[in-house]
Amino acid sequence: MAAGRPVTNAIEVTGLTKTYGDLRAVDDVTLAVEEGEFVGILGPNGAGKTTLLEMIEGLREPDSGSAVVLGLPAWPRNPALLPRIGVQLQASSFFDYLTAREQIRTFAALYGVPAAHADEWLERVGLVEKAGTRVEQLSGGQQQRLSIACALVHDPDVVFLDEPTAALDPQARRNLWDLLSGLNDSGRTVVLTTHYMDEAETLADRVAIMDHGRVLVHDTPAALVRGLDAATRITLADGEVITTRDPAAEIARLADEQRLAGVQVHTGTLEDVFLELTGREYRA
Amino acid sequence: MTGPFRALSLAIMRGFFRDRAAVFFAIVFPLMFLVLFGSLFSEDSSPRVEMVQVGAVPLFDDLSDEARAAFDETFEVSHSDDLDAAIDEVRTGDANVAVVQEGDTIVAHYTLADPAGAAITRGAMQAFVDGANLAATGQPPTYSMETDPVEDESIDAIQYYMPSLLGWAIAMSAAFGAAATLQGWRKSKLLRRLQLAPVSSTTVVGARVSVTVSIALVQMAIFIGTGALLFDLTLTGDWWMAIPLVVVGTLCFMAVGLLAAAITKSQEGAVNAANFIVLPMAMLSGTFFPLEGAPQWLQSFAQILPLKHLNEGMLDVMVRGEPWTAALGPMLYLAAFATVVTLVAARLFRWETA
Ligand SMILES: Nc1ncnc2c1ncn2[C@@H]1O[C@H](COP(=O)(O)OP(=O)(O)OP(=O)(O)O)[C@@H](O)[C@H]1O
Ligand SMILES: [Mg+2]
Repeated sequence: MAAGRPVTNAIEVTGLTKTYGDLRAVDDVTLAVEEGEFVGILGPNGAGKTTLLEMIEGLREPDSGSAVVLGLPAWPRNPALLPRIGVQLQASSFFDYLTAREQIRTFAALYGVPAAHADEWLERVGLVEKAGTRVEQLSGGQQQRLSIACALVHDPDVVFLDEPTAALDPQARRNLWDLLSGLNDSGRTVVLTTHYMDEAETLADRVAIMDHGRVLVHDTPAALVRGLDAATRITLADGEVITTRDPAAEIARLADEQRLAGVQVHTGTLEDVFLELTGREYRA
Repeated sequence: MTGPFRALSLAIMRGFFRDRAAVFFAIVFPLMFLVLFGSLFSEDSSPRVEMVQVGAVPLFDDLSDEARAAFDETFEVSHSDDLDAAIDEVRTGDANVAVVQEGDTIVAHYTLADPAGAAITRGAMQAFVDGANLAATGQPPTYSMETDPVEDESIDAIQYYMPSLLGWAIAMSAAFGAAATLQGWRKSKLLRRLQLAPVSSTTVVGARVSVTVSIALVQMAIFIGTGALLFDLTLTGDWWMAIPLVVVGTLCFMAVGLLAAAITKSQEGAVNAANFIVLPMAMLSGTFFPLEGAPQWLQSFAQILPLKHLNEGMLDVMVRGEPWTAALGPMLYLAAFATVVTLVAARLFRWETA
């Protein structure tokens, strides 16, 4: 966040609700995202993450409540707001039969961005070699990278990414992390949904965990883990597991007994927080 | 042209020309019909009577120029000196009639194996003999005849089929294009993605329409070119009026395609629905065969079909020599039809396929 600038909210969501028949896909969600903040939204399948994002992006009309982005109401579709937000939808959406370069140049032109700038973005997501390939011949991960590049080509102030790393290999995932951190460092607000705890922990300033359409917690990863008050598990080389509330004392004892070699210490993680909040059952 | 409009039009245009199936059904397929029908029906519908003249037949040789022209249109003449051989030719069906002039008498040997052909032969020959008799008296004729061909019978096959098949080609590509685009973009979420870009729906729809209209005009140019090069298509005076007519017709069938997309849930479903609407409509609008012989109720029903109006309008200005005003009625009907269908489609359309 730029020093000296007053903290304002890039996104303000109040009482947002969306129902499909009997299903409350998003249930009375209130959430604020500061300008320049990186927020990760976690939640099981069907939790309502995509629906929430689509309402904030102005793609879906809320049943009640409001979403304000950069001081402007998101619904109804607001042409003044659109150039300032960048959205990667959960499903890749492209023009038929166009090559990667033609796709991104087309999207760039929709925002009045020159073609040369679009080509730079192909480079940033590592698709220069595939520039002349038609999208239907790109791999799933390559399509996803192209889709992200298309979402960012106009340098938006607020970026929404719906499971951007879902289909990526480990290299592409790390590269994207670097890219997103860079964006965020340059003052952009980023909201991303993910199923990867390490991703949320690494990237996000704050994490919101959703289930059944509600936001259960919204805080920094460290605060969430602290709040979990979980016991530490120490696994010894011989397989013995010690569960303790006072890991320091326990480790000192093990050191005295010369049994520290090969020890693994498992403290509470974001994943523990997640499972604690959402349970271990499969979701529909 | 603004940037977004240009970029969208270009993207759609590229998508069309790289889609082999789309190009085939919009351009190649109707063109195959044009070449097929143009060739099949280019033979004169009433072939000339084959006449063998045995020896000199002064009556026919001395016809006036005018009568000569009519004679040549009716008879295809070959010459022989052997009467028996000529009669044999008639008997075996290689010729229709063998003729000798004996003094002032014309003797025609013909076969009754083909009664209709025999009647035409007799009638035609009698007419020439009567004409010669009248001329011999030096009297002006008391009665005269004027012929007034009624258009559809008189115009060549190509003159009929070029505008009719063009109408069908335009209807197909406009309806399929609109149906497949709307369904495809909805399914791939491209429609949602475009909603997120700062372009108005007018720009998006305008780009799609301009591409389809351009394709229709390309189809028109190809059809006229093929008709003129391969067959002897001749356009009449105000044929250029077919251009605005094609534009309005394209809009009308895009609306039909939108309706097909609005009432279906998949791209295949939309294309099938468009096909289901356009193909029978083409039949009933006289695309493949004129409807003169059809029952009256069917002909009345055809009058509500937009393709019938498009075809009639194009026939009128392109080959029947009607003035440009003849296209105004069809254009009005097509525009009204397009408006109504678009409104219905807009009501039925859902953003989500679910
Ligand atoms: N258009 C729709 N019509 C009816 N129900 C819908 C629709 N869109 C979403 N839902 C339902 O709303 C709920 C929330 O869906 P949503 O896509 O927001 O979940 P999500 O958290 O994004 O899940 P995932 O992690 O699988 O992407 C789901 O139960 C889903 O079935
Ligand atoms: Mg989702």
